[in-house]
Amino acid sequence: MIDREQVLHVARLSRLELSDDEVGRMATELSSVLGHIEKIGELDLDGVPPTSHVVEVANALRPDVPVECLPRDVALSQAPAVQDGGFLVPSPQAAA
Amino acid sequence: MSEITALTAKQAADAVAAGDLDPTELFEAYRTRAAADELNAYTWVSEEAPVADGTAGTPLAGVPLAVKDLFCTEGVPSQSGSKILEGYLPPYTATVVAQLAAAGAPLLAKTNQDEFAMGSSNENSGYGPTLNPWDRARVPGGSSGGSAAAVAGGSAPWALGTDTGGSVRQPAAMTGIVGLKPTYGSVSRYGMIAFASSLDQAGPLTRDVTDAALLYSYMTGRDPMDSTSLAHPDSIALPTGDRLDGLTLGVPEALTGEGVEPGVFARFEETLKLAEGLGATIERVSLPHTEYGISAYYVIAPAEASSNLARFDGVRYGKRVEASTLLEMYTKTRHDGFGDEVKRRIMLGTYALSSGYYDAYYGKAQRVRTKIAEDYKNAFAGVDLIVTPTAPSVAWELGAKSDDPLSMYLEDLFTVPISLAGLPAISIPNGLSDDLPVGFQIAGPAFSENRVLSAAYALEQAIGFDGAAAAGRNQG
Repeated sequence: MIDREQVLHVARLSRLELSDDEVGRMATELSSVLGHIEKIGELDLDGVPPTSHVVEVANALRPDVPVECLPRDVALSQAPAVQDGGFLVPSPQAAA
Repeated sequence: MSEITALTAKQAADAVAAGDLDPTELFEAYRTRAAADELNAYTWVSEEAPVADGTAGTPLAGVPLAVKDLFCTEGVPSQSGSKILEGYLPPYTATVVAQLAAAGAPLLAKTNQDEFAMGSSNENSGYGPTLNPWDRARVPGGSSGGSAAAVAGGSAPWALGTDTGGSVRQPAAMTGIVGLKPTYGSVSRYGMIAFASSLDQAGPLTRDVTDAALLYSYMTGRDPMDSTSLAHPDSIALPTGDRLDGLTLGVPEALTGEGVEPGVFARFEETLKLAEGLGATIERVSLPHTEYGISAYYVIAPAEASSNLARFDGVRYGKRVEASTLLEMYTKTRHDGFGDEVKRRIMLGTYALSSGYYDAYYGKAQRVRTKIAEDYKNAFAGVDLIVTPTAPSVAWELGAKSDDPLSMYLEDLFTVPISLAGLPAISIPNGLSDDLPVGFQIAGPAFSENRVLSAAYALEQAIGFDGAAAAGRNQG
């Protein structure tokens, strides 16, 4: 039901590298779970509103008052790489 | 020392308040046991007792608390059972953990769990499976399996877990203890490492119903940091009554024993008779859409997870696999950091949300969710509470279901629909089947925790379950 091509497409969307072996396994396992999920296709759900929230909460706003936030050094303290007070990442482009 | 750890949390708190027990000695008794734990129930254990003065005069009197790994605790490893967060030290503490510490329950330890709370057996932990104290060849349930094993085995007086589709109730059932999944929104989710935000809810795992009520009573409250939280309309009382007069318990029409282990179903029917003996009326209720619960859940929960777990990308915290481009850094970090089940759910959720499939899967599942919530609303017009077994089987052997994700998902049959409707439910010990604990689940309308806890208490007294010895709780 879901083939290798689709698995690779979804893996790209998920920013997830999969080994060749994982692609094959994922196709089988996802097909089995999706097969069960198909069950909801039996239901006539025309006109039924989708649930967005199970308990009634509308417009939960806090007062618009500035409060302290995490200090920069604390926010950066768990980062794998830091430079000039920011998170350091590799370039989006491959090195020439 | 074994005498101290034989006390329930409430008894220990009372003993401290009366001056008969030193809170430092209490903490040390548990700290020693937790540090010597052989069940792999913990991912971190405190190295020293907190200053006792800090808890003097507090309502929870210094009774220590074990906390599931996924709650952020400032300066203490919080990894949600995942290698992608190995060694992560959060800069802040989850609201509910801070609230309980302020009420006098200091942090004893962090407990093992399925990675990002995805699983029903604790076998999906990046830090090795937790073992069931009743039989170490078996799983303790999940995903709060570490919390359950800790409380059942007696190395913690009580523990916090989280329940998304049954992750407090099912491990409680499989280890012979009490687990409460509160009404969605009644406990702040701030500082819980998110799995499925519209379902996740923190709940207590305790030795008895009184302890569950006591811990929950200090967990509730609206938190400005969680816009889905709201104030509980009731103050939570410790239950006292031993009768069920005037209460009507609903049993789902579809629950006939099919698909449930015979021993589990027999205990359930015996407890229904006990309930009648206590004055309750039993009625069948129709919940026509709950059979679609698992299908809807395994769209909604992975969809939300695929979005929540996008933040683990090697940039701000946790693991990073070095690579020459940003994209490659993302994909390699996520490949190495996530375990198989988490990858499966990210893929499932991304697929269900992807262009061309959104309406067929996610849109439809959210409509099924509305129908399930309506089913419960209609049922609760006629009955006060709805009861089922907590899980269809007792704890299984390690590895028995690992190769078949779908069969593991189907274990959540009785717990998932209640989660989709956001309702409160408790699992209490309901005797044994094949010498292993069985759970009895009681669900009520939103914010009916006092009613749920009262009925659970009355049944607990009538069932008279005592699993302390079999779970090894009283050993030195």
